[in-house]
Amino acid sequence: MRLFFTQFRRDLLVAVRSRSDAANPLAFFVLATVLLGLGAGAELAPGVIWVLALFANVLAVEGVFRRDDDDGTLEQLLIHAQPLFPAVMGKLAAHWALSGLPVAVLSPVAAIMLTGSTTGVGVLVLTLCIGTPALTLLGAIGSALTVATGRGGLLVAVLVLPFYVPVLIFGASASTAAMLGDPVAFQLLALAALLAASLTAAPFAVGKALAISQEY
Amino acid sequence: MGWIKTTFHKTGSPRWFFTGARPWVVGLYVFGALLIVVGSTWGLGFVPPERLQGNSVRILFIHAPAAHLAEAIYVSIAIAGFVFLVWRMKMADMLIQAAAPIGFVVTVLALATGIIWGIPTWGTGWVWDARTVSTLLLAFLFFGLVALRQAIGREDRASRAVALLALVGVINIPIIKYSVEWFTTLHQPPSIVIGEKPAIAPVFLIPLAVNVVGFYCFVAGVVIAALRARIAEREAGTQWLRDWMSKS
Repeated sequence: MRLFFTQFRRDLLVAVRSRSDAANPLAFFVLATVLLGLGAGAELAPGVIWVLALFANVLAVEGVFRRDDDDGTLEQLLIHAQPLFPAVMGKLAAHWALSGLPVAVLSPVAAIMLTGSTTGVGVLVLTLCIGTPALTLLGAIGSALTVATGRGGLLVAVLVLPFYVPVLIFGASASTAAMLGDPVAFQLLALAALLAASLTAAPFAVGKALAISQEY
Repeated sequence: MGWIKTTFHKTGSPRWFFTGARPWVVGLYVFGALLIVVGSTWGLGFVPPERLQGNSVRILFIHAPAAHLAEAIYVSIAIAGFVFLVWRMKMADMLIQAAAPIGFVVTVLALATGIIWGIPTWGTGWVWDARTVSTLLLAFLFFGLVALRQAIGREDRASRAVALLALVGVINIPIIKYSVEWFTTLHQPPSIVIGEKPAIAPVFLIPLAVNVVGFYCFVAGVVIAALRARIAEREAGTQWLRDWMSKS
């Protein structure tokens, strides 16, 4: 646990001190909402909010290890942090707190702007709160695999978007069902199951991928 | 059980595989092509039109083997990824490298034939159905394996990263397999289940079985040929390869 909190605090501090990095995912989310509103008009399905959140997520997670790889912190982390699991979790938790969480918090605004309705907004926020950490965990695998190439970008998107699909399906279908007033328990449980599975499995894959990237 | 261990170690040797596998390539090409020709001619020309689907049922003699094979190729790649990560066998890595583009082509073939079949039968070429989407994702997994390897410059590092990605991607396979059972989808549930009486009439089943075996054999031949090409590329300059080249 100590490793988790140390890493979590450190990453939050680094992110907060370089303000623009931390604000980028959120700014992207808002801008994409505006563009979608301009391009496609109002009264869209709440699923589009999910797609926007997903794109914001993949753009953010792409660089989660970049800075640490550039300045060598990542190598130190692999040497010192034993076991690696809590450290990776702390890192990803800090990352999510500054990318997924603000998007979830701001999603009601986007939902009202794009769908023109307030019904089911609570469920949308809930699905994003459960779903986006799963996205961050899965995306971190792709990010860790490509960190050594020095050019993540589109490659990370191509690698991880297939893995995002189940989360998107359940998240979007829960939000749509909630807007129509249908029951959402099944979709929420499925999302929670996906989160539980990625929480337990993804950090191992991330750790292994990081080890490969730093040649351990 | 000693032969299993011996075969395992022998297959791990690029030299043994390269020199020994050539007759297999030829044999599998000939046998597979023969079966595909027989099965397809039979399926396309001689099978009676199906009661509900009419003549469009004929494309399933290509679609079903291709879709089945696409999954099988991915599973082989994932197993090879596991073998490579655990035992660091070069051959496993070369197998991934050889099979990934082939798997992509086979998956695209399965999707294309499915779309062609869907237009007259479902009334639409594409539905957002669990099985069609997960098969499309399978195509992107194959694509990702190739793209990741090309992006990472260092060969040893690329091999390990690709093996890990292959292993992680295997979660898509049960999703494809059970998508038609877990979710209500437009795609039909499986007609042939081991241990149960097939839901297909024998007139359709026999040419289908011939084509499935034919596809497996032919693509196995293609994979082995591609694998031999990879070995030749990686082992270029070794003495045994030079000796072999001058002999044949």
